[in-house]
Amino acid sequence: MAKLLRINSKNKKIAYEELTGPYAGLGGRGLTSRVVRREVPPACHPLSAQNKLIVAPGLLTGTTAANTGRLSVGGKSPLTGTIKESNAGGTFSQKLAKMDIMGLILEDKPDPGSPFQTLFINKDGAELIEIPEITGLGTYDASARLFEKFGTKVGIMVIGPAGENTRLASSIQFTDPRGKPSRAAGRGGLGALMGSKKIKAIVIDSEGSKAPEMADREAFKAAAKRWAEILVNHPVTGQGLPSYGTSILINIINEAGTLPTKNFRSGRFDKASDISGEKMVEFINKRKGIAREGCHAGCIIQCSQSYNDENGEYLTSGFEYETVWAFGSNLLISDIDHIAMLDRLCDDLGLDTIETGTTLAMAMEAGILPWGDGLKAIELLKRVHDPKDYLGAIIGNGTSFTAEAFGVDRVPVVKKQSLPAYDPRAAKGVGVTYATTPMGGDHTAGYAICQNILKVGGDIDPLGKEGNIEISKNLQIATAAVDATGFCLFVAFAVLDTDDSLDTIAKLISSRFGKNFTAEDIAKTGIEILKDEYSFNRDAGFTAAHDQLPDFFINEELPPHNVKWDFTAEELQKAKIEI
Amino acid sequence: MRIQVSCFATLSRYAPTDGFLEIKEGATPIDVIDQLSIPREEVKIVFVNGQNSGKEIELQEDDRVGIFPAIGGG
Ligand code: SF4
Repeated sequence: MAKLLRINSKNKKIAYEELTGPYAGLGGRGLTSRVVRREVPPACHPLSAQNKLIVAPGLLTGTTAANTGRLSVGGKSPLTGTIKESNAGGTFSQKLAKMDIMGLILEDKPDPGSPFQTLFINKDGAELIEIPEITGLGTYDASARLFEKFGTKVGIMVIGPAGENTRLASSIQFTDPRGKPSRAAGRGGLGALMGSKKIKAIVIDSEGSKAPEMADREAFKAAAKRWAEILVNHPVTGQGLPSYGTSILINIINEAGTLPTKNFRSGRFDKASDISGEKMVEFINKRKGIAREGCHAGCIIQCSQSYNDENGEYLTSGFEYETVWAFGSNLLISDIDHIAMLDRLCDDLGLDTIETGTTLAMAMEAGILPWGDGLKAIELLKRVHDPKDYLGAIIGNGTSFTAEAFGVDRVPVVKKQSLPAYDPRAAKGVGVTYATTPMGGDHTAGYAICQNILKVGGDIDPLGKEGNIEISKNLQIATAAVDATGFCLFVAFAVLDTDDSLDTIAKLISSRFGKNFTAEDIAKTGIEILKDEYSFNRDAGFTAAHDQLPDFFINEELPPHNVKWDFTAEELQKAKIEI
Repeated sequence: MRIQVSCFATLSRYAPTDGFLEIKEGATPIDVIDQLSIPREEVKIVFVNGQNSGKEIELQEDDRVGIFPAIGGG
């Protein structure tokens, strides 16, 4: 029977519960958002004892179906104050699923000054232990010590110094199949929530547990086979992503004139080709890195890579488009090694790369850093390591906080979360998502770049208004459902273009659980999730006035297309489902 | 007349070396694709001056053309 593990971080009580009642049949984002909706007071302070951190594998995680090993992490966001689901790769999710644990709920809060603890879970149970030597360490050293102590087969979820010090931009890092803590639940400052509970790491050892059986093994096998074909046959999931990784987007987004450059002043970067996916692959091959790898076993798309420095030593992995943009064209940095080092520092400090890139842009706006200076950016970011360094503390708290600290008025955030790597003026579908998703400024929640630029799943003009509200709304529903399954979101490229893909997903879920789940149920799942999320935000005090882009997008034209953001507040509300 | 052409990802090997191409009056992106010997079925997206204007519009002097295979990420 699928179970929930409740961990009280104050009195150290740990209890197993069955997944019943309002939680029955839920997984991933479906479960995290339902628990937050039901158990977290919407108006609470995100770092208070009332907030909870929920970790949930998806409905299909742990099965043999391809690309199902993703994980949802939820809570009330310390950064935005909204509900949050942050999605991550790594080996952790499949290990939870193998033990038939559908959710971890971290509750309460230890007294001030209490030491950090590590939660260890294996087939004999779970316990909170003190491992003082990892406190204060970066995630790379901390996970190396944990592998030494618990063996190399464990999966690790860990925060860095940023999370320990409850910095608002902090991430939670997960180890990948090679043991590198390079996969992140980055967005929304959930590392600070984990830090507030005084949990440095969670280590899971699933050895000796028997994975749950499929209700109808033959039907599942057949559906899983078709599912793999769908992914392999689509040119994006079968070829494009595996060959170049996600940074393949740099050139096309630049060509489309929507690559935010110098803190969203232009849609083109004259040095885009220096930081492109093509260039990255060239460097990786020359330095004997790995151009193609998965963030978890069972990923057949494999958009990730191991990037080596100029001496051929491992520097970072999971080095994605958004990160390359955040530290690249956004800051006018064109040296890909500097960008890789900033990525490595973020993973090690436990900081969200998108939020941190836009934070450094605020430092550049304020004159603390020169534009385009990668080495000085690296020096500044290192200051986040020291909890007593006040400038480091400001930077670790993200874009909005840093802008306020230095009086910057050009602040690309929605609900205090920074916008990612597409200028909303020239990619209006994703702009609608930025404004209206319950997550705050986020692209994954409704990735209309597919239709606006990539011509996957439709073709909608990125510069005009027509069709962009509807597509964002539909994608937000579909994405919420995908996030409940444990699928990597990149399966969407193939799903959007393949007729029997939704039926195949429905068959996977039906045969996994022995219930009748149809393609229509997928959309219903998405709507249910969004209802939980929007109603939580409403009760936390969010209104239509918060569903807006910063006014410089309305007032300033973006070159080269010279377009402005022109949706009214009223129009934008139509992208949200009714609650 | 002369236009600027870039080819990306798997198509980069077809790009003209100096980034420019002489084309006939009235030529379209399809003609450019043929002129560069790019297999038509490998081209998913063509941008003309940063806009996805289709493969059949008439090109003008100094236009900037970007040619892409199927691409995704995010
Ligand atoms: S495609 Fe990329 S993000 Fe998705 S599961 Fe594979 S490696 Fe992870």
